[in-house]
This record gives sequence, C-alpha cells and structure tokens, in this order.
Amino acid sequence: MKFQRVAVLTKKELKKTVREPAVLFMIFLFPIVFVFAFGASFGGVGGGQPVYQIGVVSIDQGASVNGSQILLTAMSDTQILNLQTYIDNQSAQRDLSQGNIQAVMVIPSDFSQSFASYQSAPNDPNTWTNATIELYLDKGSLVATQAIPPIIQQVLTSLAGQNVKDPSSPFSLETASLVEVQAPSALDFIAPGMFTFASIFLIMMVAQSFAQDRENGMMKRIRITPTTPTEFMTSQVLSYMVIALIQAALVFAMVYLMGFKPNVGIPVYAFAFVLVLMFSLSNVGFGLITATIAKSPGAATGISFLFVLPQLFLGTFVGASLSSAAQVAGKFVPSYYVTNALTSLFLRGAAFTSFTVLLDFATVSVSCVAILAVGIILYDKYFKI
Amino acid sequence: MNESAIMVENLVKRFEDVTAVDGISLQVKKGELFGLLGPNGAGKTTTINILCGLTKPTSGTAKVVGFDVQKEKAKVKALLGVCPQETAIYPYLTGAENVDLFGNLYAMDKNILKMRRAMLLEKMGLAGDAKRKAEKYSGGMKRRLSLILALIHDPQIAFLDEPTVAMDPQSRHAVWDFIKDLKKEDKTIILTTHYMEEAEELCDRVGIIDHGKLIALGTPKDLISKNKVKNLEEVFIALTGRKIREEV
Repeated sequence: MKFQRVAVLTKKELKKTVREPAVLFMIFLFPIVFVFAFGASFGGVGGGQPVYQIGVVSIDQGASVNGSQILLTAMSDTQILNLQTYIDNQSAQRDLSQGNIQAVMVIPSDFSQSFASYQSAPNDPNTWTNATIELYLDKGSLVATQAIPPIIQQVLTSLAGQNVKDPSSPFSLETASLVEVQAPSALDFIAPGMFTFASIFLIMMVAQSFAQDRENGMMKRIRITPTTPTEFMTSQVLSYMVIALIQAALVFAMVYLMGFKPNVGIPVYAFAFVLVLMFSLSNVGFGLITATIAKSPGAATGISFLFVLPQLFLGTFVGASLSSAAQVAGKFVPSYYVTNALTSLFLRGAAFTSFTVLLDFATVSVSCVAILAVGIILYDKYFKI
Repeated sequence: MNESAIMVENLVKRFEDVTAVDGISLQVKKGELFGLLGPNGAGKTTTINILCGLTKPTSGTAKVVGFDVQKEKAKVKALLGVCPQETAIYPYLTGAENVDLFGNLYAMDKNILKMRRAMLLEKMGLAGDAKRKAEKYSGGMKRRLSLILALIHDPQIAFLDEPTVAMDPQSRHAVWDFIKDLKKEDKTIILTTHYMEEAEELCDRVGIIDHGKLIALGTPKDLISKNKVKNLEEVFIALTGRKIREEV
C-alpha cells in the first residue's frame, strides 16, 4: 500500500467536504444548528407508565416492627417500582453506574425504630426518631430523575398515613446524587445522543459521494490508475473518520457552550472520541450499501434515510422517549450502544474500563467493522472498487 | 516500430444477450497512432475497457506490451494513460489540484510532477486557469484537463476515448496538435472516434468496428483507395450501407 496515494485521496475527499456547500452544511452546520435549536428548546420527555428498576440496600437494624419490610411492600404494591435487593451499597452503585437499575435506595439503620416511634405517637413529633432514606438516581435518565423521587416520596407519605396537606412525618428522602452535583438539565440528558446523531448523516454523504463519482466516471478513472482497492477504501474510511472527529469536536464545543459540562477527565473524553470514530465505520458501511442500491446520487439521498432514520430514532436521544418495543428494537442498531456508552461515561459516571462501557464498545466495534465489511463487499461485487 | 504494443486475439464480450465485442483480433505496433472507428455503440469503448483491465472479456486474450490485461493488471495500469469518454474530473478541485491528484496516484516524483504539470497545462492552454476550480471551466477546457490527467505520468501507451467529442473547433485542433506531439515522442496511441476526418488527419492505421466486429483494418489511404471512395466516412458507408453518425 502506497501512503502517497492514500494521502492524496484522503486530502481530496476532505477538500470536497469543505468546498461543496451542500456537503459542508450537511456534515458540519446541520448538526450544530440542530444541537443549538434542539438544546435550546428541549423541554421534557413524555412517556407512558414504565416500571422503574430500584436497587434497595437496607442497613435497617430493626425494632418492634419491621418498618423497612412494610416500606418495601408498599413500594412493590405501586406496581411501578421493581425492587432488587443488594447486600451493600457498592454493588448497587456499580449496577447504577452501568445503567442496570435506575435508582438505589439506602434504608438507614434506624428506619424501623423511626417507624415504631411514629406508630406509637403519630401526633407527637417530639417523640419521633427521624430517619433519612438516601436515594441515588441514574443521572443518565431524565425520566428516572424526574419520576422516581416523587413516587417514593408518595409511598413514604402514605406509609405515615398522612395526606398532602399535612406532610409531616419522621421519614425524609434525600436524593443523594442530586445533592452532590448540580441538578441536570434537559440538555445533559440529550447531549450523549447528540454526539451519535451528528455522525449518522455521514451515511448520506458517503452514499452521495460514491454514487456521484460513479455517475461522473471518477470511480472508473481511479480504477484505471495503479491505485489498489485497499488504498482507495483506506483513504475513504480515513477521510470520513476525520470528518466524524471534527463533527464530534464541533458538537462537543456547542453543547459545552450551552452548559453541558460533565465532570469527567481527559481520558474519558478521548475514549468518547474513539467510540465515535468506531461508529463512523458503520456509517461508511451503510453509505456503501446505499450507494450499491442507488442508481443515482439523488436516489442515494432518499435511500440513505432507510439507514439514517432507524439509527436516529432508535439509537440517539430520541430513543429515550420511545415505546418499550422501540427501545428493544434500538438494540439492533449500533447508535444505541454508542449513546448508551456515552451516557454511562458522561452522566452515570461510569469508568471507561467498566464492564458496561467496554461491552458497548465491543458491540460497537464488532458491529461497525462488520457493517463496513458488508458495505465494501457489496459495493465491490456490483460496481468494483 | 515493429514491436507490438497491443495484441488482441479473438476478443469477445457479451453483456447478457448483447454481444458488444464479437471476435476482434488486431495488433498495434509501438509508436503507432491507431484509430478505432465506428458509430456509438459499436464496441469501441468496451474494447478499450478490456484493454485497461476494467472489463473482463467473455473470451479471447488481450495483451499490453506482452502483459496479459487480466493476469497482470498492475503492470498494465502503470504503462497506460486513459482519457475516458466522459469528462471525468473533480469539479471541486482546481485544475492544478486535479493534475496533482492523478500524478500522485501514479506515485510520481514531486519535482517531475511539478514540471510535467506546468508543461501540460501550458500546452493545453490551461496554465492561466490552473488555480480555478474545474467546475468553472468551459466544456472544452474540461475535456483538455481530462486529457492532461490521462497523460500526466508520461505513459508509454495512451487510450484516448473520443477525446474531442463535443469540443469547439478551436479546442479540437489544439487537441489534434497535442496528439501529434505525443506521436513525435514515440508514444503508442489508441484513439477511438466517430469523427472520420479526425481519424484521417491523425491516424497511421485505423480499424473500423460495427456491431462489435472489426470490419476493416488498414491505413486511411489504403482503405479509401481499396473502397474507391473519397474519405473514411464513405468507406464506412461502402462497408455498411449506413452513415457513421446516423446513430449518434
């Protein structure tokens, strides 16, 4: 493989991106404008009646009544909360950081004692033993942070047999995660999906570029030169990886300016960029598949949406507000795993060496390389590279 | 001048139910300017594509300077310069950038590339427009640039597929002069055209193809004299009963 050929073809592709206004807009300006418009106006996420996975760590030492058991039964009776018991906070926190559960509730050692004190003198607050339940929330889930605390608070209130007009009870709920850091904004929840979103439109650009170069005879012309298929494809993949990197940097700069400032170190950012780069391979692959099917650049644009839309709706920030069936379908698109890994890294505080992030990365890597390989094989079979 | 640059034997290419090339055999000598003539759809471009290694023949053999075009593609590609029928240039690159790109694809030395780029742009009258994007060029300028891309690496053999099609007379004559200069440099040139006056003006020998078959082969002068007509256009009419450009 001659680097001279790879370098000039890569440079040529990058020049095209910069010099063709339509390409420039689609690749760089559109994601930025979208991030700005969406980020500025995003107000909330709708949804049906999902079931939330709650991890329970009980260090309750008991009393004359088993208050924690009564609490857990009341929570289960809501049919909205699915409880999972942990022996210690550490293992529960691990599952929370990996997105397996949406909250961790720590029942304090004096909870039953507090419950007993309330039962013996419900009208005399001076005799109550106060107890605070700590609640850790999945910071990567807008729904979890907004919906879970009021539900548990309501259970605690009903446990004390009180109504909203008289909210006093010995039990209080402290959302530990939100106490430690500032309350996340709507932008925080959609930002990881934004990184994924920007790169998806590479599918269209790759498909158009290949269809156009084929139509105007440039593919044929390149094939006449001593350039090998490996050199040509390497140059294409490299150029689109560079574009994906610039896109991710621009989107990051945009969301950072708009207030998304995750508390993570440089290695996590670097890992996030590697993840986006891997993801760009699948977009080149889908672009090649599209170019194989499409007979003209115009058709390539239309057909590319067959791949763009599922990736967009099932695998980016949009997916959070979809039905559970659509969320399951999301697991069949690479963008889902990119967004999930980025959410774990930026919002849940998971380390990039954590099992869930590495599993997502492995899934993205294997699926994206496979999609790229399928794209290259298909395109080469029908049009020759 | 007697050594073969191109050797084609019983070449056949079928596309499903269409036979584009039907048993063509011919030889082109080194340093010869050979014209492949015929109406559109006669099989000229398919023959060129086979010789470039782009299209696999159904049967028969094709060799370039002794190298089999299917088995020794890399060696063949390094020897060839091909100007395709369509004006294939990158519109978003400048003229000079297009030339540099193709020079680098042939792994040319930087200094030689610079020198040849300047020389070819000058010869083709594009030196003043080298820094303009190719999309701003006129049709004739684009065709001339396309020709430079084919020849930047100083190939031994040049395939020029309809190099003057849709050109204004001034551009056409500039290209003719350029082709004549190439011949002086002892390059082997295969020129496909359906302009008979172009073939008469430039070619040492011509082969006339119709419906995929080689129906005549010889010098323009011999073919004209043998068919007792005034020009190659009339040779084609004498051989087929049709005008060559009726199907254009």
